[in-house]
Amino acid sequence: MRISTFWYCLKEGVKNICRNVWFSLASVATISACIFLFCLFFSIIVNIQHVVKNVEGTIGITVFFDEDLSEDAIRAIGAEIRDRQEVSDMEFTSAQEAWESMKKDYFAGHEELAEGFADDNPLAGSASYQIFLSDITFQDQMVEYLYQLPGVRQVNYSNSAAAGLSSFNAVIGILSLVIIGVLLAVSVFLISNTINVAASFRKNENEIMRYIGATNYMIRAPFVVEGIVIGLMGAFFPLVGMYFLYLESVGYLTAKFQILSRIFQFLPLSQIFPYMTVVAVLLGLGIGFFASFFTIRKHLKV
Amino acid sequence: MIEITNIYKTYDTGNKALRNINITIEDGEFVFIIGRSGSGKSTLLKLLLKEVEPTSGKIVVNDMNLGKMPRRYVPKYRRRLGVVFQDFRLLRDRNVYENVAFAQRVIGASPRKIRERVPSMLQMVGLSSKYKSYPQQLSGGEQQRVAIARALINRPEVLLADEPTGNLDHHNAIEIMKLLDKINRMGTTVVVVTHSNEIVNLMQRRVITMDRGCIVSDEEGGAAHEN
Ligand SMILES: Nc1ncnc2c1ncn2[C@@H]1O[C@H](COP(=O)(O)OP(=O)(O)O)[C@@H](O)[C@H]1O
Ligand SMILES: [Mg+2]
Repeated sequence: MRISTFWYCLKEGVKNICRNVWFSLASVATISACIFLFCLFFSIIVNIQHVVKNVEGTIGITVFFDEDLSEDAIRAIGAEIRDRQEVSDMEFTSAQEAWESMKKDYFAGHEELAEGFADDNPLAGSASYQIFLSDITFQDQMVEYLYQLPGVRQVNYSNSAAAGLSSFNAVIGILSLVIIGVLLAVSVFLISNTINVAASFRKNENEIMRYIGATNYMIRAPFVVEGIVIGLMGAFFPLVGMYFLYLESVGYLTAKFQILSRIFQFLPLSQIFPYMTVVAVLLGLGIGFFASFFTIRKHLKV
Repeated sequence: MIEITNIYKTYDTGNKALRNINITIEDGEFVFIIGRSGSGKSTLLKLLLKEVEPTSGKIVVNDMNLGKMPRRYVPKYRRRLGVVFQDFRLLRDRNVYENVAFAQRVIGASPRKIRERVPSMLQMVGLSSKYKSYPQQLSGGEQQRVAIARALINRPEVLLADEPTGNLDHHNAIEIMKLLDKINRMGTTVVVVTHSNEIVNLMQRRVITMDRGCIVSDEEGGAAHEN
């Protein structure tokens, strides 16, 4: 296509929007709402995931075994556990090591006090495995599995915030999908209506174009341009809004909840904004293009 | 050359608009098609424009068989025809220059070609001085001149005019006919649908008379039959 033809189509598309300002604005507004919510949920989910990842690495499940179980038997069970998919890492602590470590912690500087226990390890039977999971959401399942293993005496785990956060994340994910889906449908409906109105404005012109011998492609172009411009504006506003909202909220939350700041580290905007922009622009472009393309197709049976 | 052979057209409503039409129009001819309202004149032009399909029969325009033309080729084909209507069909939001340039823009002509051709075309139809006017500011005759300029700007081989003088007073009608005559003398085949016997008699060209979907006479230099 000639560059001048491209400009012509662009101009005509923008003209469509101007001639039909209120419908166009309504379309832009719904797409904006849709994309804004997407950005919002995206930021929340990504941040929570970030926190969960941070915490996940530091907490594990600790399994203790029956006191009369030999170390070989324990190691055999350990090998079995290690085969499970959910397990990302495991650490064995023998009874001896447990005692050594306790001595260090509790009798620091007074090692002689511990000497009294010398030949009778008070922590006999406290051999343990510390198990780290690949994904914290597997925790409940893993604990259940561990309990039904023969020889397992006790399983310690923190029913921590991380697991809760993870399932919270899943709920937000589903909720956001539903809301975004509804808004998406409304956006498509509104754009389609906008294009219909524009097409009725241009009925005369399209007819003349057809007589003159303009290709369908050329007749459609202004409408598709209209859809795309609306879609892109619908992406632009929420992105700008999100940019400032994110900076503001992170600043506010960090100041307000300083105690939490050790675990709750927000992702810097620069790390998520590029992804957000790409997805938002594609979303706007996609809605605008497809809604207008398929709407105008109906009008153009030769 | 236009060859229309054994054409029948029955609309979905059951209206038999054309019955066994046979017409041959040579390159460079000037042909009138006359007949009462509803006799099928516009339907005939629409068939030539491939806007409607015949129920049966064959149409060949410049060696192109319209019945066998693929859909995607139709726009290209239409560029070889110019068409004007009784109601001008100009774009009200554009001035004269832009109305004519429009026909070039929408087929993707280069800006240079547009700048060259539009002024000379406006001069040919006698509207050079009004290129900035909007259609509402022009008389009916002037508006039809714009429409003719737009129809000719892509240099079609054939100009089809459906009652081009139907909305014009006597004087303007004659002026438009003179313009069509001039265009024909420059080499374009011209087919004019009209129901003005007066004009037909004035021009002394080939006249095809239709009645209820049939051709009732086809005469050179003929005056219109009163019927
Ligand atoms: N789109 C259509 N659907 C049904 N009937 C039509 C249509 N167009 C024209 N007709 C009928 O076909 C006949 C010829 O119409 P037309 O070609 O417009 O005649 P003319 O141009 O000579 O006045 C008329 O009876 C008209 O009612
Ligand atoms: Mg008619």
